[in-house]
Amino acid sequence: MARQILEAIADGILGGGVYALMAAGLTLIFGVLDIINIAQGILVVLGAYLSYVLSVHLHIDLFVGLAITIPVMFVIGVAIQWLFIRPLRGSERTSMTLLASYAVALIIEGILYWVFGPNFVALNAWYTQPNASVKIFGFYVGDIYLFGFGLAVAVVAVLYWLLYRTKFGRAVRATMQDLTAARLVGIEVNRVAAITFGIGVAITAVGGMMYGATTGAFSPNSGYDLISRLLAIIILGGLGSVGGAMAAAIFMTTAEALVDIWQPNWAVAVFYLALVLVLLFKPTGIFGRTAARAQ
Amino acid sequence: MTGLRGGGVSKSALRTEGIAKAFGGVQALSDCTIEVAQGSITGLIGPNGSGKTTLFNIITGYEKPDAGQVYLGGRSITGQSPQRVFAAGVGRTFQLTRIFPRLTVLENMLVASQHGRRRFANPLARSGGAAGRDRAMFQLEFAGIAGHANALAGTLSYGQRKLLELAYVLVADPEVVLLDEPAGGINPSLIHLISDRIAELNATGKTFLIVEHNMEFVMGLCHHITVLDYGSVVAAGPPRIIRDDPRVLDAYLGTGEDDDEPAA
Amino acid sequence: MIAGTRPDAAAGPETGPAWADPRQWKRAGIGALILGLVIVIVFPLIFTDATVSNIAVQTVIFVAVASAWNIFSGYSGYLSLGHAIFFGTGAYAVGIIARDWQLNGSSVFALLPLAGLIATMIAIPLGLIALRVRRHTFVVITIAFFFIAQLSASNLAITGGSSGLLAPVPNWSPDTFNDPFYYVGLVIALGTIALSYLIRRSRFGLQLRAIRDDEDRAVGLGVRAMPVKLTAFAISGFITAMAGGLWFYFLSQTFPQFAFDPLFDLAIVLMAFFGGLGTVAGPVLGALVLEPVQLYLNLRLTNDYLSEILLGVLFLVIILFMPRGVLPTAGEFITARIARGRDDGAQGGRGE
Repeated sequence: MARQILEAIADGILGGGVYALMAAGLTLIFGVLDIINIAQGILVVLGAYLSYVLSVHLHIDLFVGLAITIPVMFVIGVAIQWLFIRPLRGSERTSMTLLASYAVALIIEGILYWVFGPNFVALNAWYTQPNASVKIFGFYVGDIYLFGFGLAVAVVAVLYWLLYRTKFGRAVRATMQDLTAARLVGIEVNRVAAITFGIGVAITAVGGMMYGATTGAFSPNSGYDLISRLLAIIILGGLGSVGGAMAAAIFMTTAEALVDIWQPNWAVAVFYLALVLVLLFKPTGIFGRTAARAQ
Repeated sequence: MTGLRGGGVSKSALRTEGIAKAFGGVQALSDCTIEVAQGSITGLIGPNGSGKTTLFNIITGYEKPDAGQVYLGGRSITGQSPQRVFAAGVGRTFQLTRIFPRLTVLENMLVASQHGRRRFANPLARSGGAAGRDRAMFQLEFAGIAGHANALAGTLSYGQRKLLELAYVLVADPEVVLLDEPAGGINPSLIHLISDRIAELNATGKTFLIVEHNMEFVMGLCHHITVLDYGSVVAAGPPRIIRDDPRVLDAYLGTGEDDDEPAA
Repeated sequence: MIAGTRPDAAAGPETGPAWADPRQWKRAGIGALILGLVIVIVFPLIFTDATVSNIAVQTVIFVAVASAWNIFSGYSGYLSLGHAIFFGTGAYAVGIIARDWQLNGSSVFALLPLAGLIATMIAIPLGLIALRVRRHTFVVITIAFFFIAQLSASNLAITGGSSGLLAPVPNWSPDTFNDPFYYVGLVIALGTIALSYLIRRSRFGLQLRAIRDDEDRAVGLGVRAMPVKLTAFAISGFITAMAGGLWFYFLSQTFPQFAFDPLFDLAIVLMAFFGGLGTVAGPVLGALVLEPVQLYLNLRLTNDYLSEILLGVLFLVIILFMPRGVLPTAGEFITARIARGRDDGAQGGRGE
């Protein structure tokens, strides 16, 4: 029993890392553009499918394939923002962008169904096999998780460098804090918005690959489940807080893994119930900023 | 100290004592003590950043002070919510007019006039009722925009919005009215209209506290002026004294001439 | 009169075109309304084809749903993407009670208000949690609650799990089988439209719409936001659940992904937007146009994928180019054209 619990915690933390990656992009987009990108879930699935195509049809290794999928997803992200998000202005901007991203999600899902069909597929490699694992502290940790962990660290490091050590990153942080002030000092806010959206989506290339490799099987329908979890995570962690999203991701997946021991059917409900509980006491999320932006 | 018209002991309609408020590292207000005499028109002036709007926000409950008290006619209203302050008889306008753009002008008025109604009135009855609408139309005529009653408030010009905001604050018949830059950004003839209206309302007993940058407006209308700089009061008194007070000129960086700043 | 101020009597689009007497328009409008009522009442008696009446039933159901959604989301500005919760709850409530009390025939219709009440009992705690947060978060919470609801339907024994529920099949004459459903749906739809109209011109509706425009300012003026929002939410949920119950009974079966369908909410949002958000007629017209189109496409296209893509594209087009709704935008376009035609003839028109 104790071993089961510890295993669940370990699973939770590792799985949480993957969700943390996906959620980080989503909350970053919110922080800078003040919008909730509902399409993030299906974009993760798209990333998984891209890795799938590269792996199965071109025999490119999953991690190597990222060199292709990341730029591709970046471009897709920028295109989505430029075409469908940027033109939306005015007092209803919040709701409109949300609905627009939901519509984009529908379109992408439909296209995925069209191209790949409703069947489940999986990402496979030598390191995703059940026996490809390493023994750490008496537990077997799948190779994919080890590599993934390293990858996540790398992504976070790059993100950190980007945000805190480059001029662009300064522009992003300035825009996050005060849009008008950023404009006044000459920051090209539109460009920052587009690129940040692109980055947020590019991260889903990584998240998608990891998701596809760790989840067993996925289909275009997986997007719904994903986006609802991601939304719960970023709200729990506080909209706009990357660190909060990561902490929330790990917390929630661990809780789910624990509940799964006794009640596998209801495990996923833990996600949402945790969200509800937190919102009862702190409507802005655990790390949420209390100052509300004008709606 | 207050220079009221009429004699006798003056009562203060509104008073703050030792208000302090900081935002992050910035001390917006420190030991801010002002007094607004009953039935007066008091001006609140000072350079940008001196804390005028913050003080308004604290008085009307949109912000809580770090220290100090706010008294309405002797009763403390410190820290009360905006709706309680409003219900207590204090109306205020905002620097960037806050109206309801997708409601008609008349409907804007009706939103403000519905406090204090009988609690169990039929919720589906036509909003306002005949009496409410009459009152609203009266205020709109007083403000000069009655012809736009059925227009969406969002279609009004900036000046008309200011008049609307003034009108709907007045429809609740407050005793004390706080105006945040009522003359900012509108043409001179409209400024005269607003000035006249304020004087007329004051004659019926309403007390006004006005934040303004337009010195001509302030000097011509107010009985009493309080000057704020860096969050505290540096001078207070009737216009003719304030006009020549060196501390005031200092606060405004030594301009000394009529400050007709365009609206921010 | 002070020189320089704008003259008060400016005729704009809001006060109507100058060449028509407003009272005549009002009379014409009432006449059209009565004509419309007559048409919808005798509709199934004229068009007896089963496919047509099938579409008609589902259309009136969605007219009710779209209007109900609008009563809350359109007027308050809080977009709910979780109304499927109420729809599905209504469906399951009717299904479970009909099964356990072994009801059939017309008596099942009596369950509809009961289903509505059950939904209201869910709406209140849900609303108390969800309506305290700002709008971004609100939408997301409705999505989260939606998934909890779908999950519950799949996992609870009482709901029949993932295989769903079957409805009792009444033994009515096959020629007019759809008619009772149609008329019940029509009553609900007309009632909802009337309620929507009454709310919009009432003080309650005014407060809702003020909340939509500037909630903080409205609260500062004494509007009690939470009770107002919650009431609208509960009303909206009640009606949606009734519609869901009727829909379930009509289609004879349901299962979790069907009753709690993520596309459901998008479809009704699209209907409301299409016709004009926040108006009384908007969602009605949106449903009247889009629901038959959607059903027709479902019949003709063998795969749902295409209709999903079309739904998304249509949505984007409307949001990007006609955000106030197709019908209001078209209306404004026409009015502007008329005004321009008038001004060309008039002398010294004021440039606006």
